[in-house]
Amino acid sequence: MTTLTLAHLYPREMNIYGDTGNVLVLRKRLQWRGLDADVIGVQVGDPLPADTDILLGGGGQDAAQGDIGQDFVSRGPELRAMADDGVVMLTICGSYQLLGHHFLTKDGRKIEGVGVLDVATTGSDQRLIGNNHIDTAWGRLVGFENHSGLTELGPGAQPLGRTVPGRGNNGQDQTEGAVRGNVFGTYLHGPVLAKSPQFADELLRRAFQRRGLSAELEPLDDSLALTAADVAIRRPR
Amino acid sequence: MDILAIWLGKLTLLALRALGRRGTALPGLVVEKVFPRFLARRLATLPLGVVVISGTNGKTTTTKMVATVLGQRHRVLTNDTGGNFVRGVLTSVVQQSSWLGRTPADVAVLELDEAHAVRFCQVHQPERLLLLNVLRDQLDRFGEIDTTAGLLAKVAARTTRHVVVNRDDPRLVALAAGLAAEVSYFGVAPALRAQFPTDEEMYGGEVELSELKAAVELLALELGVSTELTLRIGDTEEAITLQAEGAHNAQNAAGAAALALTFGLDAGAIAAGLRMVQPAFGRGQAFELAGRRVVLQLVKNPAGFRQSLRTVTGLRPAATVIAINDDYADGRDMSWLWDVEFASVLTGNSGRLMTSGTRAADMAVRLHYDGLAVEQVEVDLGRAVQQAAAAVAPGDTVVVFSTYTAMWQLHQVLAKLSGVALR
Repeated sequence: MTTLTLAHLYPREMNIYGDTGNVLVLRKRLQWRGLDADVIGVQVGDPLPADTDILLGGGGQDAAQGDIGQDFVSRGPELRAMADDGVVMLTICGSYQLLGHHFLTKDGRKIEGVGVLDVATTGSDQRLIGNNHIDTAWGRLVGFENHSGLTELGPGAQPLGRTVPGRGNNGQDQTEGAVRGNVFGTYLHGPVLAKSPQFADELLRRAFQRRGLSAELEPLDDSLALTAADVAIRRPR
Repeated sequence: MDILAIWLGKLTLLALRALGRRGTALPGLVVEKVFPRFLARRLATLPLGVVVISGTNGKTTTTKMVATVLGQRHRVLTNDTGGNFVRGVLTSVVQQSSWLGRTPADVAVLELDEAHAVRFCQVHQPERLLLLNVLRDQLDRFGEIDTTAGLLAKVAARTTRHVVVNRDDPRLVALAAGLAAEVSYFGVAPALRAQFPTDEEMYGGEVELSELKAAVELLALELGVSTELTLRIGDTEEAITLQAEGAHNAQNAAGAAALALTFGLDAGAIAAGLRMVQPAFGRGQAFELAGRRVVLQLVKNPAGFRQSLRTVTGLRPAATVIAINDDYADGRDMSWLWDVEFASVLTGNSGRLMTSGTRAADMAVRLHYDGLAVEQVEVDLGRAVQQAAAAVAPGDTVVVFSTYTAMWQLHQVLAKLSGVALR
């Protein structure tokens, strides 16, 4: 039986919008196929598992982001090496921002990021909140955005997708999220993988490929998830 | 002049009733427009002032508790109909005033949500405030939990006499520092603390224990069909059987008792009042439907849902319906369903599982990922509850968890179908 290692960053501080659900979705989709995952919660000060296949991070309070900022930055060299090595990363909201160069807060403070993604974020007075779905190379992703940071992409990052009804990275350029290799960042909570099952499988496939294993995944019955996604995109923002 | 305001409000209310509406807000709105200073004048005449009860979870039941306890000694004006905003308060004042213009009350006990409490404080500075908790709720409205806490801090700063705070909620303890009003605390005993995790503690392992001395402490708790609890009120221990069910209501009872202490009531009187409290709208209300017992549980956020799930396992339902709407009053964001752990509670305890409401499919996906088999996804609430009842034997219990707007619809459906409220 093949077992993947899922590292979940800061489950205590960085999870107020259900992002932990992404961990559950990946693990269950493996189990339904007779595979499995070791899920390891990484708290402040804990080492990252050496054999991490997929790294997941969620969103938290802006204040929490300051609290863990130091710890996150200290992991910079290791996270950059992992990204270069093709480790799959899915980071949502706050952890997406910290994966970039920096977060400039409204009051002029600069929270350093680790520079894995070529993005930079600035705090704003406005909060971008609402149902959102985006078109991506991996199909439609459905979730709920809730952030006040505005993120700009540098030349080294591709947008994850185009916003359809939502505000996305910054409310201006119609981009949402960022991709570099196997590293993904997005503002979609929900959790995003619950209503975007094909994207969940894409992450799993990439993790297997990186290990040199077969990336063939048995199809699952995702009709419920697709119905939920269809309902969500028709609801008011 | 106030008599004109009261007549205007009462006539509006009568007109609404004639149209078959509930009218918890509109009379207040009309009076507010025509007589903007009426409410402030009325509240200023109350000899014992105004108590505001706020926080994320438990406001409605706790307001009932405080009003019932104080009601043994004083004449209480309260908004226990769930109209938890300034207009709802105004409507209550109008309803409870006489046609002669008198408001026969000594004290007002008002439930206000975080945002409306701030607006209310611009009209009247409350004498007392009870802060229950700040948990994730309506983040599509407030953005962050810290924003919600910031709103409560403003209300606390406007309170003139006494602020009672849940010492086990670190965000509330932080905002209680440096207040002009006197501060006292309520809390749960260290041994029980793990049953009441904050949102952060859900995924972070150990819970933090507060060193603060509580005026009232929940010492022991046993959940069953009724809730048995022991409160230390001052230096006295009181055993209480609560008709409002659930662990969270035991915690709320501690808060209500601590607030009552600030009025100089003794432990015996406080306990006697708490024993009389009836469950509030949608919190364990039961209906009869075709010979089956249908129990309604309001769920609005992860912490409340977690508590409600534990409360009802003792009922051994033959069917469980989870009805999730995403209207504005419910919250548009469905992310919160993923912070409720269903598997350990519902496996083997829920009977047949159904989901309903606008987001029935979302809920079904959530349960599916928790390894629970959903037998039916029926968006229409009326059909769902009828099918659930039809699928179980007469005498069996159906438990319906539902969000706020779904709860109102279910009430209407059940009233039409059966007309029998069991309690």
